[in-house]
This record gives sequence, C-alpha cells and structure tokens, in this order.
Amino acid sequence: MVPSYVPLSYYLLLSGFLFGCGVIGFLIKRNIITIFMSIELMLNGVNLSFVAFAAHWHALAGQVFVFFVMVVAAAEAAVGLAIIIAVYRTRETLNVDQVNLLKL
Amino acid sequence: MSFHLILFLAFGAVCVGGAVNLLAQRHPINSALSLIAVMAALAGEYLLLGAEFVAAVQVIVYAGAIMVLFVFVIMLLNAGVEEETKGSRIALLFGVPGVLTSSVLMVWVVLRHSVTEAVPIGALPGHPTDIAQLLFHDFLLPFEVTSVLILIAIMGAVVLASKPEATARKVG
Repeated sequence: MVPSYVPLSYYLLLSGFLFGCGVIGFLIKRNIITIFMSIELMLNGVNLSFVAFAAHWHALAGQVFVFFVMVVAAAEAAVGLAIIIAVYRTRETLNVDQVNLLKL
Repeated sequence: MSFHLILFLAFGAVCVGGAVNLLAQRHPINSALSLIAVMAALAGEYLLLGAEFVAAVQVIVYAGAIMVLFVFVIMLLNAGVEEETKGSRIALLFGVPGVLTSSVLMVWVVLRHSVTEAVPIGALPGHPTDIAQLLFHDFLLPFEVTSVLILIAIMGAVVLASKPEATARKVG
C-alpha cells in the first residue's frame, strides 16, 4: 500500500484561515460573547499548526503544547465569561460599543 | 487523489464553512453552534495527523466543556441579535486591501516553500503513553503551574460572577 500524504502546507493554510477568521471576527463583531468566541477560533487555528508541525517533525512536544493551550483556554473561558456576566449585570448590554468606560 | 486528502478536504471544508458562518451569523447562539462544528471538524483533522489524544481532548474539553459554558452564558444572559453598527470608512479603505494582500502573500509563501516530503498519515507517534511520558516527566513543572492557574481561575470566576452585594458582605 502506498502511503498517502497530505502536505504540511495545506494544514498551515487551513490554520492560517481559521486564525484570520478569528481576527476578523474579533474586529467586526459587536457582541462581546461572539468576540470571545472569535478568540477561541484563533486558539484553535494555532492548535492545528502545533499538531501539524508536531506530526511533521515527529516531535511529540507540539501535542503537549496543544494540551497546555487547551488548559489556558479553559481557564480563560471561565474567567472571561464571569467578566461578561459581571459586565452584563452592571450595564445590561452585551454590545461592546456601549462598554466604553472603565468606571460607571 | 488519495483517501486521506479527501478526508482532509472534507474536514477542512466543514472548518472553513463553520468559521465563515461564525462571522456571518448575527445571533450569538448560531455563532456558538458553528464554532462547535469547527471544533469537531478540527478533531477529525487531528485524527488524520495521528494525534488521537489531542482529538479526544478537543472533543471533550473544547467542544464539550468550553462550548457548553458559552452556550450556557448565552442562554443565561438571554443574548439577542447583535445590533448593526456602521463600519468605519478607514477600515474599508485599508482593511480589505490589507487582508487581501497579506493573505495572497501568505498563501504564496507557504505553497512556494512547502516541504515536498510530507507527513505519512497514521504512522506517527501520538500514543497517549508517549504523551503521558512527556507530560508527567519532561513538562512536569508547567503541568503543575497550570494546575495552580486553573485553581486561580476557578476562584476568580466565582468572585467575578457572584452578586456584588454577596461579595461585599463576605469581604466587609
């Protein structure tokens, strides 16, 4: 059986596309939860790069880095969503345009 | 066209479609569901790359735990349709050509310098035993530090999300 190949560059392009979509979403979205989801999309794009490079260089450390990125993303999601709840409680809006003052 | 390339393209199409749908949808719950689709498809890509452990963790932690948290918060805050805002002219004038130029440049560079000798799929080290060896031996200190980070995040989330008067009562 002939081993089948998917070039590394395809994975990198997909990863770059996901990261770019995350950046665009971060910039154009106005809902604070959607902005936060765009950050998660960026992290996912980076994770795909990590795994692709780990497979390419036969270095397992890349997969461990992905594990750490996921841990940090989980912590970030917990704290970030708690901040969103706190913001909603004080301002009663999720639109970032109306959250333009540090102090009420 | 090999079977793996077909699978890569199928999962990649789901990823791309989900990411574009996340941008296109105006209701956060639709964005959250398309993000779950992206994450599930990415787990498929990880399986293609021979990273079974990462694929499993992706589904359990990302598509499971984190996204459930997101959907829960969207439901809790009763988030409605996003309000339309006027885009700035500077963004259109410089942003769109900038994005196009940089993406074309990136695609050109990556394809031009692409390594021809690519990944043989399925014959890769990614066994959970090897990862555990790395994680609990070589990366033991970062592992322990992340556990402290998680602990701090839990406490921070509880403090931030609790009602202000309740926190004040506890502190004062």
